[in-house]
Amino acid sequence: MSDHSASPAHAHVHRDDTGSKLGMWFFIFTEILLFGALFIVYSVYRFKNQDAFHAAALNLDTVIGTINTVILLVSSATIAMAISALQQKNKRLAIILMIATLALAGGFLVNKYFEWGAKFHHGLYPGAEHLVSLGPGQNQFFFLYFFMTGLHAFHVIVGMGFIIFVMRQVMRDQLTFDNYTRLENAGLYWHLVDLIWIYLFPLFYLIH
Amino acid sequence: MSDSVLTAGSPGHKREPSYLEMDTGHKGIFAWILATDHKRIAQLYFYSMMVMFLVGALIGVLIRLELMAPGRTIMDAQTYNGFFTLHGIIMIFMFVIPGLPAVFGNFVMPIMIGAKDVAFPRVNLLSWYLYVAGGIIVLVSQFVGGGPPDGGWTFYAPYSVKSATNIGMAALGAFMLGFSSILTGLNFLVTIHRLRAPGMDFWKMPLFVWSLYATGWIQILATPVVGITLVLIVFERVFQLGFFDPAFGGDPILFQHLFWIYSHPAVYIMILPAMGAISEIIPTFAQRTIFGYKAIAVSSMLIAFVGYFVWGHHMYTSGMSETAKWVFSFITFLVAIPSAIKVFNWIATLYKGSINIDTPLLYAVAFIFTFMIGGFTGLIIGSVAQDIHLHDTTFVVGHFHYIVFGGVGFAFFGALHYWFPKIYGKMYNAKLANIAWGLFFFGFNVLYFPMFIAGYMGMPRRYFDYLPDFYIPNLISTMGSWFLYAGIILMIYNLVKARRSGPPAPANPWNGVTLEWQIQSPPTYENFDEIPVIKDNPYTFKKESARHE
Amino acid sequence: MSHDSHEEIHVTPYSTYVIILSILLVLTAITVGVILLDLGVFSVTVALVVATIKAALVLLYFMHLKFDNKLFISLVAIVFAIYTTVIAITFIDYLAR
Repeated sequence: MSDHSASPAHAHVHRDDTGSKLGMWFFIFTEILLFGALFIVYSVYRFKNQDAFHAAALNLDTVIGTINTVILLVSSATIAMAISALQQKNKRLAIILMIATLALAGGFLVNKYFEWGAKFHHGLYPGAEHLVSLGPGQNQFFFLYFFMTGLHAFHVIVGMGFIIFVMRQVMRDQLTFDNYTRLENAGLYWHLVDLIWIYLFPLFYLIH
Repeated sequence: MSDSVLTAGSPGHKREPSYLEMDTGHKGIFAWILATDHKRIAQLYFYSMMVMFLVGALIGVLIRLELMAPGRTIMDAQTYNGFFTLHGIIMIFMFVIPGLPAVFGNFVMPIMIGAKDVAFPRVNLLSWYLYVAGGIIVLVSQFVGGGPPDGGWTFYAPYSVKSATNIGMAALGAFMLGFSSILTGLNFLVTIHRLRAPGMDFWKMPLFVWSLYATGWIQILATPVVGITLVLIVFERVFQLGFFDPAFGGDPILFQHLFWIYSHPAVYIMILPAMGAISEIIPTFAQRTIFGYKAIAVSSMLIAFVGYFVWGHHMYTSGMSETAKWVFSFITFLVAIPSAIKVFNWIATLYKGSINIDTPLLYAVAFIFTFMIGGFTGLIIGSVAQDIHLHDTTFVVGHFHYIVFGGVGFAFFGALHYWFPKIYGKMYNAKLANIAWGLFFFGFNVLYFPMFIAGYMGMPRRYFDYLPDFYIPNLISTMGSWFLYAGIILMIYNLVKARRSGPPAPANPWNGVTLEWQIQSPPTYENFDEIPVIKDNPYTFKKESARHE
Repeated sequence: MSHDSHEEIHVTPYSTYVIILSILLVLTAITVGVILLDLGVFSVTVALVVATIKAALVLLYFMHLKFDNKLFISLVAIVFAIYTTVIAITFIDYLAR
């Protein structure tokens, strides 16, 4: 999104920070609508199968869900602070905060791994006999659970990649206190990941 | 020539190397496929799109041949199913949706706003690669797996989930094409927001730019919806999920909702830039400022906005609730208002203009003609009661070809004839171009008008075979397809010839006033020596007698 | 044109982030706590309202909408308005079926 200013060979180069941020925002709108479509699917099926969704949600671990929510919120704050640190020319602190963000993101994925693993262990995965026997509504809940949290986890990984990419540029002083838009964009993307989870969490883990 | 704050173009002024001659640091084909110049990317799109268009049109002609007479004519039923599916996927996703934005939007939009390129040139190239990759995936899906996808370009569940043919792969290809479209839209939105020349506020932008702005919003907000829906279909086929399978509590009608939440606005992705191009051609050939500039600009935004909320009119017979039907029908009628605003304004622009009847204007007039027929038949099927009778008949096929092919097709080729001298710096043979237009226009109407009659009589669409009662309209329609195809071939021959050996074009052959006509033909790599400063509205014509200098 | 974003660099103090993060954590505790109270049909409403407050905080402070060019916040508002309308219209079908 924000990469046009980096090509030295390109004759049309001029740096437009607001422009690249605007590009990032438009991309975020696309992502919001991407998940938005899934939230429509979710709300329609929940509306049609209210009791089954309640029953199925009891199988999810609220504790792990809450821990992951806290993890993402904290990581959102750390990446936001990294921007402030870089703006104040505190490169060291910026990098530490980015590493902290990555570590938290890693923790999120580890939790997710164990959570999914437990579901598979209990026969709660698409195509499993046990899940099929629970009836259509609960099946739908778990399809959506796996698809939506899976897609979200994919975005976590992409976001981590984006942060690593930006972190290397901070280390090499390619991003500095007066040229930090790409870090801001990585931050925006990471907040999007957080934003989606803010809705996924109550909709899957907190129906009782 | 209007008094120009601008650069080269007038005779006598020394011509600089154009973007076609410029040394890009890459050799041969790499100078093109690694190009980040918006003008070269526009041409990459143009050539790949024309190939797809000709393939799609050829398949269309074959479908018409099959339907020339009842019973089996030239192909078996399964091939026919594959053909109409492929025709739809190619034409919709690879020609009309990227169509005007990717080719003419890329070429002239940055010039029209006084910019040197789009905001993200490399992302622009990436969109073209995604377009090509998507196209290749769709084409490969014809030859591997369970055979050519069938069931239509709409991928309706549950058939698309159950069919043994290679629908998953085609859906994946369509997803890639959608991603390409999103990136183009995003790029244009940022470009229009950030790179306008000094002095050009939103109310001084040419109308083609306005239409691309409205289109960009639809591209970034609607496309992801169908993207993820197609991914759901792929997952459903691969991982035994059942989002739209009633056996798992799924709702096939929900698929239709999601599909049309994108695919109806997609019709506006197609038609809005077409309207924008017409809004450029008409004032130039009437030599008169556009009537109702603000009304046309705002109506583009209104169409884009209201267009988000009318998707349900594709679903009157699906089993949707009665309330939803009348709500959708009501909102659908609202779309007719901004569309009519545009048509009235175009006609008012022509009124008392000093009209030059050149090829681009002929295409523009053909556009208005076919768009009105398409629009009015749209109102007929937009009302619930009549749609129950006409749904899934060839009446609908006639309607959307009048809108999508009659609208977008004529606007696309009109825009091509309009900007051709600018793009290549060559003139084409006007007489031959007019004959090609005549064949095209005649063939078009002969091909699609009988579909209204057959559909009204009750002939279902997408059927391989039909009752003898429908023989005459089908026969006429098939004959029309020959004229149409002949017109297209003649047009392409004429343009290829002009590209090779046409006489050099002046900078401003039509006496246009928007920025692209104020620079040399073909433009230099950076478009402008000096970024222009804008003071006037885009369509300020000076009284002038001599057209061609 | 290209460098106007540098005219005013807004540096958010760390303390702002700490305060916002604390509010977000408290709100999370509230949503989790509410399910223990068992409010029946209202539990969905409460969960969504709290989630939306959290989302607004993230958008305004973490994503800088409050301090940035006003263009950004208006665009975000338009997008959410369109999306909400699309959901509402979809449910015209499902509620009335």
